[in-house]
Amino acid sequence: MSLVFAGVSSHAPGITGRAKMADPKVAERFFDAYRAMGAQLEAARPEALVVVAAEHFANFFMNNMPAFAVGMADAYEGPIEDPQWLAIARTSVPGNAALSKRLIEEMMQTVDLAYAEEWKFDHGIMVPLNFLTPRFDLPVIPVNINCQGPPLTPLHRAWAFGEALRRAADAAPERIAVVGTGGISHWPATPDSGKINEAWDREFLGCWEANDKEALLSYTDEATYRDAGQGGFEIRTFAAVAAAAKGCGTVQFYQPIPIFSVGCTIATMQVAA
Amino acid sequence: MSLYQMQKFLFNLNRDSATQDRFRTDLPGLLSGYQLTAEEREAIVSRDVGLLYVLGANGQLLMHYAALLGMPWGDYIAAMRAGVAQHGPVRAGIYAMTTRLDERVANI
Repeated sequence: MSLVFAGVSSHAPGITGRAKMADPKVAERFFDAYRAMGAQLEAARPEALVVVAAEHFANFFMNNMPAFAVGMADAYEGPIEDPQWLAIARTSVPGNAALSKRLIEEMMQTVDLAYAEEWKFDHGIMVPLNFLTPRFDLPVIPVNINCQGPPLTPLHRAWAFGEALRRAADAAPERIAVVGTGGISHWPATPDSGKINEAWDREFLGCWEANDKEALLSYTDEATYRDAGQGGFEIRTFAAVAAAAKGCGTVQFYQPIPIFSVGCTIATMQVAA
Repeated sequence: MSLYQMQKFLFNLNRDSATQDRFRTDLPGLLSGYQLTAEEREAIVSRDVGLLYVLGANGQLLMHYAALLGMPWGDYIAAMRAGVAQHGPVRAGIYAMTTRLDERVANI
């Protein structure tokens, strides 16, 4: 039918794995906002959820690193990490290979992407699903944008991918939702883990809410690395969602939670024609 | 430069339970499959997370290796800082430390 829901959310592994180390009041407000986004998603009655994530060497490595990859399986397993470390039990998540194939065929008309009939979900997908679809029952179509191993996928190509995803979703009879996951500024898994550039985050989210393509694509990797850390490269997922949704966004929740290593973000975007 | 090989080892170790078993029972044999420098090999054998960090291991690989070794989060952060204090700044990759050595982030 079309794209019926669009949003973005944080996926840092500390959100679940270090949940008990955070101030419970702050963490619970964030978790409530995350679950509320899940309720909005459910109300849109999607038949499949495309999760545009930034994978972290769970499936893809520098021996063969795609700029974009899309899953094409009927089931996926996750988390690939130690379930105790992530505090999410290992489970099977349904996919929809036939729908994936149709979306991939259409997206390939304008974007060169890799597809994968085997894919293990890491925290980039499992943490969002843990809150959005806690029964892990909504079929997921995973997407990876290379935000990890330079040369990275150019930001403007992430935009082009989002446009292709929208075109493909509109051509499908199914009701499709898209959620982009990633950090804004953060320095994860370094000694600086917990450092957050709140001013940078708020400015970026302002551009995202306005769906200001020119502003969103003006972030250079050099400046992002300097001001927002290597985790900031994950803004590609936010750009892809903005390109797909075409509407204006609303930030439902933003709060730096250092022990989670990220400015925790929950936002939705209107799907416009 | 065999940083690629060192990271390939971490990648395989993190995602493959058979490799994890071999890590525990036959580390020399496991490492013989990778073209590592003496420094990289020693860092792995001695479980020196700080040195692996300085050598440029991507944090998304290294943090799972630390978890596999049973290191709590705070110990992992401390090991990276100790590595920089002992061996100097991170030599490669995109996970360099940007805070001061004595800085505490997120109360860790």
